[in-house]
Amino acid sequence: MNYFFHLGRFWMFMRLMFTKPEKWSIYKNLFMREVDSFGFGSLGIVAITSIFMGAVITIQTVYNLVNPLVPLWAVGIVTRDSIIIEFSPTMICLVLAGKIGSSISSEIGTMRVTEQIDALEIMGINSSGYLVLPKLAAAIFIFPFVVLISMFLGIGGGLVAGDLSGVISSADFIRGLQDSFLPFNVTFALIKTLTFAFLIVTVSAYQGFYTAGGALEVGRSSTKAVVYSSTMILFSDFILTVLILS
Amino acid sequence: MIEIKNISKKFNGKQVIENISATFEKGRTNLVIGGSGSGKTVLMKCMVGLVEVDSGEVIFDSRNFSSLNFKERKPFRQEIGMVFQGGALFDSLDVEKNVMFPLSMFTHMTLSERRDRANECLKRVNLINVNKLSPSELSGGMKKRVAIARAISPNPKYLFFDEPNSGLDPQTAIVIDELIKEITEEYQTTTVINTHDMNSVMEIGDKIIFLFRGKKWWEGSSSEISSTDSEELKNFIFANKLMRELIGKK
Repeated sequence: MNYFFHLGRFWMFMRLMFTKPEKWSIYKNLFMREVDSFGFGSLGIVAITSIFMGAVITIQTVYNLVNPLVPLWAVGIVTRDSIIIEFSPTMICLVLAGKIGSSISSEIGTMRVTEQIDALEIMGINSSGYLVLPKLAAAIFIFPFVVLISMFLGIGGGLVAGDLSGVISSADFIRGLQDSFLPFNVTFALIKTLTFAFLIVTVSAYQGFYTAGGALEVGRSSTKAVVYSSTMILFSDFILTVLILS
Repeated sequence: MIEIKNISKKFNGKQVIENISATFEKGRTNLVIGGSGSGKTVLMKCMVGLVEVDSGEVIFDSRNFSSLNFKERKPFRQEIGMVFQGGALFDSLDVEKNVMFPLSMFTHMTLSERRDRANECLKRVNLINVNKLSPSELSGGMKKRVAIARAISPNPKYLFFDEPNSGLDPQTAIVIDELIKEITEEYQTTTVINTHDMNSVMEIGDKIIFLFRGKKWWEGSSSEISSTDSEELKNFIFANKLMRELIGKK
């Protein structure tokens, strides 16, 4: 019963969010601010995660490659495809769900408990549209770029780590990278990224928007936002993989 | 003028306000008083449409507000200004942008026109050189004054104040009371104030409604309140020792 209540309320929340903005110029400014926050504000954590992720995938793949019939340069193929298809879109979006999802939920939740959302509504402003739509548009716009950067950094990290640790030479790794590349894998990764961006923003905003109480409840909403959006990412990852790749 | 007719509201089966009717007149400070949990804030939220009434009507100058949907209420809302208990200033905006916010959203005024209007409103509430401060840098009294400046910036016809003096020292509370009274008379707004501050009641209460356990218990003016027969109202007024002594001397 509770599940249906939340589903219905989430649907109403989405319907209100997609109504015509009061003033496009204000929404445009908010969109630019969120692009800066979601994109440039996340580059540090994305870079660190991606480089180490690529490095670990490379070294572990070499470690697991025990069949002498499989050439060493196949490590390049495995690293590239693992990063493009799964690790960059999913892992980075899980990291972003923690960073951006909790921030969205606590920002909107604090606005709710300090009556700032009521103040918006008194003025005749569609609060869900004003608070969430620019964030959603910004996430859908900037997340694909962030994930593309993550792919390059992840593969770069694998290349450098393989070479520095001596498990695979740069030449072998690059040969693997160039072998049997499927551009559709990037398209698939971007489809997943757009879906995850939508889920992170809407689920987190929903949790924040319906916060009731005080600081403790804001914290709880923030935790729920991360847990639910991460779960939704993993679930939709499975569904998309089944639908598109199988 | 605002008229409420037989307003009732329940939350989870609990009756919070019951069958309240009243009239709030233009150019006068209308006070709703009562102890904590008496239903003042819910009544105000019902009046401004933040909470939907279970039954009854809210009529703004013969326009039935409670029967309108979200879209139809939009132009109406631009005639309403509200000052919340904690000020409800937007943390992400500085003082000037907070005051300009309703103008930025709903008017085609240029930036300099909006800035002039914001400065005019800030000056009206006796705040100068605070334009670039963020809400977190303001004292409680300053926050309330900025909230008042934001509420009056689009020239509203109806002003609502929820506990404007809560958390303020007595001197600042008097300044805020006087400011509300002056603004009401100057702009001829219909002003509704929720309070349990007896000083406000005696100083600015043109019309007073006393709520007790979600019902309208008494209605009158500040000159009539001390001679009330209502035991519940007497208990509320004379809870304060100073009030007992002052009224006793009279």
